Amino acid sequence: MTSTGIGAPVRRREDFRFITGSGQYVDDISRPGQAYAFFVRSPHAHAIIKNIDLSAALKAPGVLGIYTGKDLAADKIGGLICGWMIHSKDGTPMKVGPHPALATEKVRYVGDHVAVVIAETLNQARDAAELVAVEYEVLPAVVDLGTAQDPGQPQIHAEAPNNTVFQWHLGDKDAVDAAFGQAAHVTKLELVNNRLIPNAMEPRAAIGEYDRGQDSYTLYTTSQNPHVARLVLSAFIGIAPEHKLRVVAPDVGGGFGSKIFIYAEETVCVWAARKVGRPVKWTADRTEAFLADAHGRDHLTTAELAVDGSGKILALRVKTKANLGAYLSTFSSSVPTYLYAPLLSGQYDIPAIYCEVDGVYTNTAPVDAYRGAGRPEATFVVERLVEVAARELGKDPAEFRMQNFIKSFPHQTPVIMTYDAGDYAACMKKALELADYANFGQRKAESERKGLLRGIGFSAYIEACGIAPSRAVGSLGAGVGLWESAEVRVNPIGTVEVLTGSHSHGQGHETTFAQLVSHRLGIPIDQISIIHGDTDKVQMGMGTYGSRSGAVGMSAISKALDKVVTKATKIAARCMEVPEETVDFNDGVFSARGTNKSMTFGEVALQAYIAHKFDSSEIEPGLKESYFYDPQNFTFPSGVHIAEVEIDPETGVTRIDRWTAVDDFGVIINPMIVEGQVHGGIAQGVGQALLEGAVYDSSGQLLTASFMDYCMPRADDLPSFNVAMTNTPCPSNPLGIKGCGEAGAIAAPAALINAITNALGHENISMPATPQAVWRAAQASVRKMAAE
Amino acid sequence: MTQVTMTVNGKSVSADIEPRTLLVQFLREHLRLTGTHVGCDTSQCGACVVHVDGRAVKSCTTLAVSCDGSDVLTIEGLAKDGQLHPMQEAFREHHALQCGYCTPGMIMAAIDIVNRKGTQLDERTIREELEGNICRCTGYHNIVKAVAAGAAAMGAGEFRQAAE
Repeated sequence: MTSTGIGAPVRRREDFRFITGSGQYVDDISRPGQAYAFFVRSPHAHAIIKNIDLSAALKAPGVLGIYTGKDLAADKIGGLICGWMIHSKDGTPMKVGPHPALATEKVRYVGDHVAVVIAETLNQARDAAELVAVEYEVLPAVVDLGTAQDPGQPQIHAEAPNNTVFQWHLGDKDAVDAAFGQAAHVTKLELVNNRLIPNAMEPRAAIGEYDRGQDSYTLYTTSQNPHVARLVLSAFIGIAPEHKLRVVAPDVGGGFGSKIFIYAEETVCVWAARKVGRPVKWTADRTEAFLADAHGRDHLTTAELAVDGSGKILALRVKTKANLGAYLSTFSSSVPTYLYAPLLSGQYDIPAIYCEVDGVYTNTAPVDAYRGAGRPEATFVVERLVEVAARELGKDPAEFRMQNFIKSFPHQTPVIMTYDAGDYAACMKKALELADYANFGQRKAESERKGLLRGIGFSAYIEACGIAPSRAVGSLGAGVGLWESAEVRVNPIGTVEVLTGSHSHGQGHETTFAQLVSHRLGIPIDQISIIHGDTDKVQMGMGTYGSRSGAVGMSAISKALDKVVTKATKIAARCMEVPEETVDFNDGVFSARGTNKSMTFGEVALQAYIAHKFDSSEIEPGLKESYFYDPQNFTFPSGVHIAEVEIDPETGVTRIDRWTAVDDFGVIINPMIVEGQVHGGIAQGVGQALLEGAVYDSSGQLLTASFMDYCMPRADDLPSFNVAMTNTPCPSNPLGIKGCGEAGAIAAPAALINAITNALGHENISMPATPQAVWRAAQASVRKMAAE
Repeated sequence: MTQVTMTVNGKSVSADIEPRTLLVQFLREHLRLTGTHVGCDTSQCGACVVHVDGRAVKSCTTLAVSCDGSDVLTIEGLAKDGQLHPMQEAFREHHALQCGYCTPGMIMAAIDIVNRKGTQLDERTIREELEGNICRCTGYHNIVKAVAAGAAAMGAGEFRQAAE
């Protein structure tokens, strides 16, 4: 390992602009002559639009244009799409209502888009928006997930009777029923996976621009995947053909999934730029982010685990209702189906699994992928069940898990996935040691002496990421392939530019991708540039989410580098006048075995472009190679997180005393960055379990629509984390990388709730386990303790 | 419209602005100093923190006119003659940022903590003092390390408080 190669904790090269305030986020950009957009949004969760009267608003000072759904329809602009087809148990395709960028007949959630006002200044646009007179016929709203499908409920979309989008299943019902019939013990839980709001610190923003002379558009957007945005906007929404639409995602301040999707706002901005003849800029305020960013999670689940007399797990049965919100967002149908149920085997050898999922419309914001996307939900189900089963059986939770861990690979689960490589016991043993599990009892007694309740909880998670093998997901309903692209351009003096279809919005690709190149080509890291985020520069890519940039994005670079080295070796051989097979490449130097001839990479690059020393009818001049890498399988990071908490029964406050995480991510490019991803993921998982939760009232008003009402984790809510790694290299990609971006958010909620319920001595607590909820739950424990 | 004059990062600036203009809008839109960010609408996230007359202030909740005659320091004014402030260095060294959006406000808040609480900061103090700055990416673990290291570096170099 060199100081800048694979495995080195290289300090980030992108940091300079961020720590000096010279980053370029979308709202930092000002285009000449730009006008400002403000959206008129529905104040009702469910209503028919009877009339929109723009007459007063159009006369307001500074107004350049006001547009509604009728205007989009007149220009034949298509609606927002969902790109993943799910079929129900009966074989019918999912039932989907239209999703216009600006509502036409009905509004279906508070915050739904009704009109856009474009004016010279934002204040003028806001003021004019108040003059837009919308006449609504308010309808009763369907807000509660549990009753949304009941007969007699208002229908949100005519296309989806009983507000049911799909009734999907996976696994073997008969085998599971038979196994439950044989079970010595059954553990059953009713679980709520609480709705979350991603709240990246940078609110979404967009600037649309139209060049009349070129008849072409430019869209600056806070996107995790500018090429996917371009594809959707051109092929499905119909703004312009791809070659006339440039999409730029510059510095983006966090995404966590919420910036994957193609939303109404950027669609309208880019279309409206041509209508008003001026660039159109929109920036969300935080309230709009709460109302209209895609939300996450929101499942109701009944889950049962069947165990035999010796403690071996026989089967798992799960029934879930998944809230999809008022419209299907871009990937929403995949999250509670193929990103959820295939992970229900966890790290365990479970012979039979059956899972049913109903996707349900409600009059709430659309729900889609949020860090972990389906896998936190699956892990919560499995790890709560396993922990509670261990308690009910009187077994140690670590030992019960280890008894049931998968021990040989590859392992075919009953839910599609074939796990390739892992050593689950190794992570567990290391985690137990680092968490000082052996002395927990002592610490618990010490807490009790102080009148405090101490608990410890496990989460042995596995997830499927490195999204995804194209044909596999295609057969499951995906509308796109999930390969990634890389182009490696070697310049004549030996500097290198890598154009990647991945996007960095906090992941540090400008550093980690450069480490890979520096390692392979043996050139200094400061001679390498990583370019992403602009469809004018990078031809095509699928973007960053699903923990795929290492496993898929870097594999594409690795394969392109292979081609570069192969060609450079040929050219070096010609220059050194030796046979190709005698040329070795190490640490940036091509050397001819058995001679003292050698050339540096830079020297070979120059010769590639001068093209004097080789036959150019045999070898093309230049040194530039690309690769579209399609993964052969998902990757399977796994690990064990152990949370230890101390609860004050008088206040209900849960203090996290220590957090231990041992994760197997395969090969790691930059351990500093990987640890940072784990820290951030754990924080979001703790947020879900302890603090966060989106709440709608019965009329569909979002009660938690600001940072005052929605509790974001702050520095004093969290401890420092004890993080370690093991490494069983991933066998399915050239670098052995599994991916790490979502693991913390996947593992953490179960670990924390397991710890809190352990402290309380009963299972009656749900997420978020706020001080009020814990206090109530603790009274039951305190009463129980007093009675004993 | 009203005239406002203040010193920003050592330079005197004057402008005619609407009285309702927030300090953060004045900085970002009038002065094109876009390093100070807006992350919320309830004054909680801290992405907008700058120093006014030597104290940390949330510029999203401050009217520009109320800073008439004041000395304002933003993230862009920290580095001197191409040399980064020790707190900036500490953030990079300890990987205390990922997407970078909360970072300017976090760094300005951190320097203010040192100005008020000194250069030997323990973990508990740092975590409590950062209650007004939200980060969604880092989980705060490395931010805490960076603030402690930056504070110590400010002490070691006999570094004067940034606003002087």
